[in-house]
Formats: sequence, C-alpha cells, structure tokens
Amino acid sequence: MEKNPKVANPNLKAIGAIVWKDLVAELRSRELISAMLVFSLLVILIFNFAIELQPNLRAAITPGVLWVTFAFAGTLGLNRSMAVEKDRGCLDGLLLAPVDRSAIYFGKALSNLAFMLIVIMIVLPVYSVLYNINTFQPGLLLVILLGSIGYIAVGTLLSSMAVQTRTRDVLLPVLLFPVIVPVLLAAVKASSGFLLNLPMNEIWPWINILIAYDVIFIAIAFMVFDFIVEE
Amino acid sequence: MNRQPKALIYLTILSVILFLGALAMVFLYAPLEVVMNYVQKVFYFHISNAWVGMLGFVAAAVAGVIYLITRELKWDIVEMAAVEISTVFFLIAIISGSIWAKPTWGTYWLWDARLTTATILEMIYLSYFLLRQGIEDQERRARFGAVYTLIGAVSVPVTFLSIRIWQTIHPVVIGGGSSAQDSFGMTSPMLLTMLFCLFTFSVIFATLLWYRVRLGNLAEQVEQLKQKITQ
Repeated sequence: MEKNPKVANPNLKAIGAIVWKDLVAELRSRELISAMLVFSLLVILIFNFAIELQPNLRAAITPGVLWVTFAFAGTLGLNRSMAVEKDRGCLDGLLLAPVDRSAIYFGKALSNLAFMLIVIMIVLPVYSVLYNINTFQPGLLLVILLGSIGYIAVGTLLSSMAVQTRTRDVLLPVLLFPVIVPVLLAAVKASSGFLLNLPMNEIWPWINILIAYDVIFIAIAFMVFDFIVEE
Repeated sequence: MNRQPKALIYLTILSVILFLGALAMVFLYAPLEVVMNYVQKVFYFHISNAWVGMLGFVAAAVAGVIYLITRELKWDIVEMAAVEISTVFFLIAIISGSIWAKPTWGTYWLWDARLTTATILEMIYLSYFLLRQGIEDQERRARFGAVYTLIGAVSVPVTFLSIRIWQTIHPVVIGGGSSAQDSFGMTSPMLLTMLFCLFTFSVIFATLLWYRVRLGNLAEQVEQLKQKITQ
C-alpha cells in the first residue's frame, strides 16, 4: 500500500498506488524489463550487421538506430503491461476502484515510462561502450525523456485499446507507429543535433515539437481514456 | 423497404454532369501550361482528390467526436463512410501526384511534407480498418474507432508541421523540390478550372457519402432482422 498517508488528493494517491504495484510486481517477476532489454540488445546487434556501423558514419546513424530500438522495445513493454492487467481480470478490479479513471491511465503511463527509461538507461551505456560514442550528454538525455513521454502517453492509451481487441498483440504497433511519427522524427533529429554538436538554433525546433506533442497528447489521453475503459 | 430518396437520385445525376463538365473544362477550356504541357492537366484532378481526402478526414473526426458525445450509432456509420471514401480518394491523389512528379521532378517520389503526410494519413486509415476488424462488439468498435480518428486528426497536423521543419533544415535533394508545385503561375482560366474541379469533387464526395451511409444503415437493419430471426 501507499506509505505516505499525508497525500491529500485521492487521485495522486491512486496513481502512486498503481505505479507502486507495477514496480513491485516487476521487481518480483522481472518479466517485462528483462524481455525489453534483451530485445533491445538484439535489435542493436542486428543493426550492427545490417548497416555496418562504421566509425565515420556512427554519429549520424546512432540516433536512428537508438530510436528504432526504443520504439520496438517499447511496444513489447506496453503490450505486456496491459495484457497482464487484462488477462487476470486486474483491469476490471482497477476500474471498480472508487477513483477517477484518468488516475488509472496516469498510473499505468508512469510505470510504463519508468520501465522504458530503465531499459534505455541500461542500453545507452552498453551502446556507448560498444561503439565508442559518448551518449551521456544532458541535452540528449532531455530529448530521450521528452521523446519517451510522448511515446508512452500515446502508447499507453492505444495499448489499453489494443488489449480489448481480438488481434491484440499485433495491433499495437500498427496503431501506434503512424501517430507517433512526429515524436520519432523530432527525437531522432534532436538527438543527432546533440551528437553532432550542431548549434542550438537547429535543435530548438525539434525540442519544441516534442514538448508540444507531449502536452497535446497527455491532454487528449486524459480526455478520452474514459471512453476506452468504460463498460 | 425504404427506396432510394429522390434527392439522392438527382444528386447522382448532378455529380455525373458536373464530372463530365469538369473533364471538358480540364481538356478543352484550361490552357496548356508552358513548361509542363499536358502533364499539368493531372494537377486539377489530383488536387481535387486530395481535397476530398481532407474533407473526409475532417468529416470523420467530427463525426467521431459527435458519436462520443451522443452515442448514436448513425454517427459511427458516417465516420466509417467518410474514412472509407477518403482512403480511396487519398490513394488516387497520391498515385496521380506520383504520375505528375515523374516528368516534373524527375522522380516518382520525394519525401516532401505533403506527400509524406498524405502517406502517413493513409497508413492511419489502414490501421483504423484493422482496429475495427479486430472488435466484434458493435458499441465498442464504434467507441474505439471514434477515439482513433480523433487521435489521428490531432497527430496529422503535427506530423505535417514536423516534416515541414525537417524540409527547411534538410537540404533539398533534387532541384526545385517542394516549391516546384507552387512555381507555375496560374492563369485565370486555370484557376477557374481548378475551382470548378474542387466543387465537382465536393459534390461527388457528398453523393458517395450519402450512398455509403445509406448502405451502412441498411446493413444495420439487416443485422437487426437477423437477430430477430435467431431469437
């Protein structure tokens, strides 16, 4: 249970409880993060053979490789995180709880974001070592945070839709990828801006797009999540 | 049962007449463009198809929102009809654009903001059909469809904007590039022809939408009759 009883807002408490539940469950089973992690490393391995990451091209190709990897691994995590709720009837239990429905969305989104960031934080250093590229730049980390927020905001919404369909696992990437093109484009461009040390005035437009996308889609998800989980 | 309404028959006849008129205007009235010659004639129908695609896109999003508010099934039928029609028209617009691009730009395809956004929009529509296919429950199908068109409607302008920024920062690969489309000056007969084509295709869109909605309503009635028999 939530340890801090002083939190006055019941929604914040509910969000905290859901995040806590997901993190504890993950800590015990380690299903989700390990799958995402191994998958990410495999994708990078495949990229290594597919496009030969030669030293002179690396800085230019790295952002693309990284974001494709994160996007693919992200769908694994999103699918799994929602399927667990749906399969054992946990989602119905959550919906019966006397809290605002959007609290469930934000709770799931935050734990999904946590999983994704944990995986990214392990993959990045490995990538840095393998390809001798310094990925630990504050600007790049900011881009990764903003990009992940946008990805997860839409992804959590669509995955809660996808698990309620017959074709569930197959459907999520198909639904998700066309609508997150702006996130991927902006994230790749901003990341390569930082990796290639481009002047800030070329990077700002991308960061602005990421921020705008995040704000817009968090607001939309907040408004429409009720329609997805009702009944 | 209910027969085709008189107004719909008149509208169909009007569409055919207007379409023949538009053809005549394109080939007989509009002057030949100096540089592009006959190739430029594709432009009139290309832009009209794209216009109908956008019209259907907006109509679908609006119908989706109205459905979420009113929960009346007829709005779901309108939304589905609009998406179906604009999928076809957008496909025609993309293909006719490529036909125009080959002699003008020297290539069938450029990653121009309009082209790319149109393609992503087309992908969103295809995902929309896949989503609907995966859901048996009618009410849920309508709800999810409406939410997805809404998400699509919000993401497409952001996509367009981000690709535009990508274009302006990114050097144009082939001479002229995205500005080529705007580069020919339109004489007033050309402009008149274009406006007439836009009007014609809007009427055709309205006619097709009416037919498709009627079809949807009839299918719904058949479904109800079937249920009556089985009970």
